[in-house]
Amino acid sequence: MRIAVLSGKGGTGKTLVSVNLAAVSEGSTYIDCDVEEPNGRLFFKPEKVTEKKVNVDFPVFKASMCKGCRKCVNFCRFNALVFIKDAPVVFPEVCHSCGGCSFVCPFGAVSEKKRQVGVVEQSNEDGVRVISGILNPGEASGMPVLKEALKNVSRTGLTVIDCPPGSACSVTESAGRADYCLLVAEPTAFGFHNFKMVHRLVTMLEKPCGVVINKADTSYDVMKEYCEENEIPVLMEIPYDEKIASMTADGKIVSREDEKYADMFRELLEKIGGEA
Amino acid sequence: MKKILILSGKGGTGKTTVAAAFIRFSHAQALADCDVDAPNLHIITELDVEPQTSEFMGSQRAKIDYDKCAGCGFCSYTCKFEAIKHEKGRYVVDQNACEGCGVCTQVCQEGAITLHDDVAGELSLYSGDRIFSTAELKMGRGNSGKLVAEVKNAMVNAAPDADIAIIDGSPGIGCSVISSVSGVDLVLIVTEPSVSGLSDLERIMKTAEIFQAKAAVCVNRYDVSEEHTAEIEEYCTEHNIPFVGKIPYDSQTSQAINEGISVADVDCPAHTALEEVYKNTMNLL
Repeated sequence: MRIAVLSGKGGTGKTLVSVNLAAVSEGSTYIDCDVEEPNGRLFFKPEKVTEKKVNVDFPVFKASMCKGCRKCVNFCRFNALVFIKDAPVVFPEVCHSCGGCSFVCPFGAVSEKKRQVGVVEQSNEDGVRVISGILNPGEASGMPVLKEALKNVSRTGLTVIDCPPGSACSVTESAGRADYCLLVAEPTAFGFHNFKMVHRLVTMLEKPCGVVINKADTSYDVMKEYCEENEIPVLMEIPYDEKIASMTADGKIVSREDEKYADMFRELLEKIGGEA
Repeated sequence: MKKILILSGKGGTGKTTVAAAFIRFSHAQALADCDVDAPNLHIITELDVEPQTSEFMGSQRAKIDYDKCAGCGFCSYTCKFEAIKHEKGRYVVDQNACEGCGVCTQVCQEGAITLHDDVAGELSLYSGDRIFSTAELKMGRGNSGKLVAEVKNAMVNAAPDADIAIIDGSPGIGCSVISSVSGVDLVLIVTEPSVSGLSDLERIMKTAEIFQAKAAVCVNRYDVSEEHTAEIEEYCTEHNIPFVGKIPYDSQTSQAINEGISVADVDCPAHTALEEVYKNTMNLL
């Protein structure tokens, strides 16, 4: 089973829930798709890590073959090419690697080179396969790293996909691979607004979903009413718990520290229909 | 106009709470919410006027004319974004995956593919006693960097005489963040005392450095772990990053948010700490 954990708002506890779900299930795979801020690895603390570089293509122009026709510059919709002193010049950070310039060049003057935009780390740690997509700072698009990380979705057993916050393309891509979407929400006006956005996204993807309400110490009934109206099962409520907060701050996996929390996450997994 | 941008790297550290407090303290006449795929600032910003809305056009999207399509699949084969899939006997463009590069329109021998404008979100501009610019990206769409740039431009154009602008940013370090950083005078990073907070702080600082943005740091809910707070302070000292203060965990913060007001309107420990953070930040401008 593949479970995507998502939230809309950042900092609601996606990683807490994802890491613990993976930790209570023997032989599971944990994939961190929050490539801009990958934090699952800070909890699993993997030791033997293998790294796969993630590269993207960008064009190089052979001056001897370029006739200066500007077809490439005119074709590029991302403004990644400019014409300077009779030759096209590329801004690799802006290039989307579509290959269009190479395709439209009548003289075969364009070839492609690779540059690294991030890595995908892989390791095995206490029975969990830990995959982390890590984008290089300064890079605008995490999609190539995210797609590479998602190649590790396992056909058997449990895969937990820790999604990025928000509701943009990266979230659709991550959640699109899942059989089930688990929404982690905070019972505040901020949390609720973003929760509704991400619920609409999950509905659009036609995925079954359920919600975990985290930091459930403030009462915010509107959220529960919304869940009832929209038939979203509230699978678990995690009250604000100083012990969870401090263990999480230290990068500890709560279900490995205290059997009480392990039971809590096993129960959650069973409710979703995965096996602990 | 001096523009202060609030960022965090990690989500949920309290960007919007800090932004809302700064808005009250500074009486800023220009405000913007650049967290376009999870906007929240409007919830605690008093707005007594209806916004002027406009469509945000993202990249164009490919469209297949099935009267012309011969079903050869060459478009699908050449698309680098895996945006053209074979479904139920025909080729279909995935509107979320398509980046509008136009390669498919070139490779199609039948001339069956054209590019069309795509509404990828909505911009809202509130022009009351002050200017507030915000937007919402359409679900699953890309181009958030472009939308962020439009949100900021709309603010600057509508409030050219404002002295101070407070801009709420998005989490992460990718396109929205990079776009929001451009042209601001100071980036205030709100972090939290945890291993995740510190790791994300390091990544956002690297990003700020690449784009040559001046940055300062404050810690929210510092009392959750004084040890990690000390680590963050140490990191800032080592890297010569101004440390502008720490805010305690205060249950009145979320209570204030739920009532739609800023913590700056409530007399509480977080309020006092935020005032100090505000003063120290303004001294850096």
